[in-house]
Amino acid sequence: MSTYSLSDGLASGAPRTSRVPLLANWIRESGAGVLASVAWIALGLSCLWWQDVGDWSRTHSLGIAAFIIAALALFGTVGADYLGAAGQALHKRAPWLVALGVFLTVWEVATAKFAWLPLPFFPPPQAIIEVYTDDLPKLLDSVLASIKLQLGGYLIGATIGFLTGVSIGWSRAVGYWVHPVLRFIGPLPATAWLPIAFFTFPSSWSASTFLIALATGFPVTVLTWSGVASVSNAYYDVARTLGAKPSFLVLKVAIPAALPHVFVGLFMGLGSSFAVLVVAEMIGVKAGLGWYLQWAQGWAAYANMYAALIVMSLLCSGAITLLFAIRDRLLVWQKGTVKW
Amino acid sequence: MVATALAEAVTHPATGAALDIEQVSHAFDIDGTELPVLSDVSISVEPGEFVALLGPSGCGKSTLLRLIAGLDKPKAGRLREDEERIRNPHPSRVVVFQDPTLFPWRSVWDNVALGLEAQGILRSQRQRVDDALDLVGLSPFRDAYPHQLSGGMAQRVALARALVNDPKILILDEPLGKLDSLTRITMQAELVALWQRKGFTTLLVTHDAEEALVLANRVIVFSDRPARVKADIRVDRPYPRHRGDPYLAELRRQILGLLGLDATW
Ligand SMILES: Nc1ncnc2c1ncn2[C@@H]1O[C@H](COP(=O)(O)OP(=O)(O)OP(=O)(O)O)[C@@H](O)[C@H]1O
Ligand SMILES: [Mg+2]
Repeated sequence: MSTYSLSDGLASGAPRTSRVPLLANWIRESGAGVLASVAWIALGLSCLWWQDVGDWSRTHSLGIAAFIIAALALFGTVGADYLGAAGQALHKRAPWLVALGVFLTVWEVATAKFAWLPLPFFPPPQAIIEVYTDDLPKLLDSVLASIKLQLGGYLIGATIGFLTGVSIGWSRAVGYWVHPVLRFIGPLPATAWLPIAFFTFPSSWSASTFLIALATGFPVTVLTWSGVASVSNAYYDVARTLGAKPSFLVLKVAIPAALPHVFVGLFMGLGSSFAVLVVAEMIGVKAGLGWYLQWAQGWAAYANMYAALIVMSLLCSGAITLLFAIRDRLLVWQKGTVKW
Repeated sequence: MVATALAEAVTHPATGAALDIEQVSHAFDIDGTELPVLSDVSISVEPGEFVALLGPSGCGKSTLLRLIAGLDKPKAGRLREDEERIRNPHPSRVVVFQDPTLFPWRSVWDNVALGLEAQGILRSQRQRVDDALDLVGLSPFRDAYPHQLSGGMAQRVALARALVNDPKILILDEPLGKLDSLTRITMQAELVALWQRKGFTTLLVTHDAEEALVLANRVIVFSDRPARVKADIRVDRPYPRHRGDPYLAELRRQILGLLGLDATW
């Protein structure tokens, strides 16, 4: 079988490869990039061709931007060989660029041009761009406020959770006292504390920090604890015969061995603390993206809501990416870890 | 008599420690019932001796090694290193466990450095880690992680991790069991050379009578569980020993007989 196809390829395959596969190759290499260019040209045309049904100031700019992206996609594809890594990156993402262009075109046409979707609730892309250009200072302030609150609460919660988890996992006495408290309070959603927290804490900011720390701390504690508790005794035996003291056993054996579990806890804590952050901002803190969403809803500023949602999702995704990067760095020794 | 035998076998003055196992018995609790594992075991090991421990699987050899290491306390009897009671683990008695148990989060080099780091002397003694890696032929893999090693390589790292501490008593629990026969023979020769050079006392658990006879000055055969000392055989042969040596072949036949295999072997 293998010898047959080998001789076949030697005899007649060589001349055939020169014509038809060349076109097929070109389509495989550049097809997606060219299609992406076409999709973005379609977006540009759809912006400029028809009249807007409403009054938006960035329609023209959006159209121009779409043409620029289309041009970049085209040149990037044609000149991929000269662009090195950038060309490679474009080639890899070209199918997504097509999808994005098509989606934006449909969105543009369905909202700004023919209003197939009911209008105040579904603003067109240019309305959202308008928010980013015209309401930037307020949005930036909100982003900074959110990051500050989230980062503070998360770091406090993760640190306390980690230390508590290690202590419970290591010391029977600590476990005796902390475990029941953890079982009683931990499963309660942190948001249930909101009303109490906001009048017992001196400021809404400290109350929110506490709640975020609580939401982070519980999963981090439980998973650190289970990680430390599941470390194989064989590791301790090896370390002890080599002269390790208890501090070495904790710092150099228990903690590194438990680290994969700790990261699972950190991921879970991050997810639940996002939820608390948004609710806390909506209800108590007069700043941040949650508050911005609330405020936009009050003014029926739907474009602002979408704009804030997009920023929020980028921030959350960015935080997860960062945590993954830290994990990959610390856990290089693990094989087959999930790539985010 | 022991002293003369040793003088022939060990060319250098021994820096190893003496080990006294006095009427040691041990048992495990399994669901409330007591499982006797060691029954009145007494062995006296001279400094620098190479003792092989042979016995059926599950008879209690690894358990005895854990007691010697100081990881567990015997139910009865006493263990002493150079006249001092063994109560806790100490880096003068290093164990190479049956399973290599490398720390997966540490590179090969960092695994070997474990003992020096735990004793707080790594900073000034980094060369010793490099030397130990050289000795087991794994210098090119110093930055690899354990999951990137073969079973035999992992076992060699475990050996290097023990040797780097310059132990007075080296305790080996079937350390060569996972190696292919070629590497195994090489490692056996290395082990003898090392032991002759450094003079540490060696206890080697093995299930291979031939390995025991090629390596040790003394072979102790255990009974089935609970382990008792069934025979204590002196091997008065100079090193390097040859596998085909008729004297060793006769001893091997005897030992296999003690382990329950009849003379046809
Ligand atoms: N931690 C433990 N708890 C309960 N029983 C144990 C424990 N460790 C060992 N045993 C039992 O003690 C007996 C002896 O075990 P040990 O590991 O010492 O055998 P071994 O002679 O080393 O066998 P092998 O040659 O197969 O390694 C076995 O029956 C085992 O079930
Ligand atoms: Mg064993």
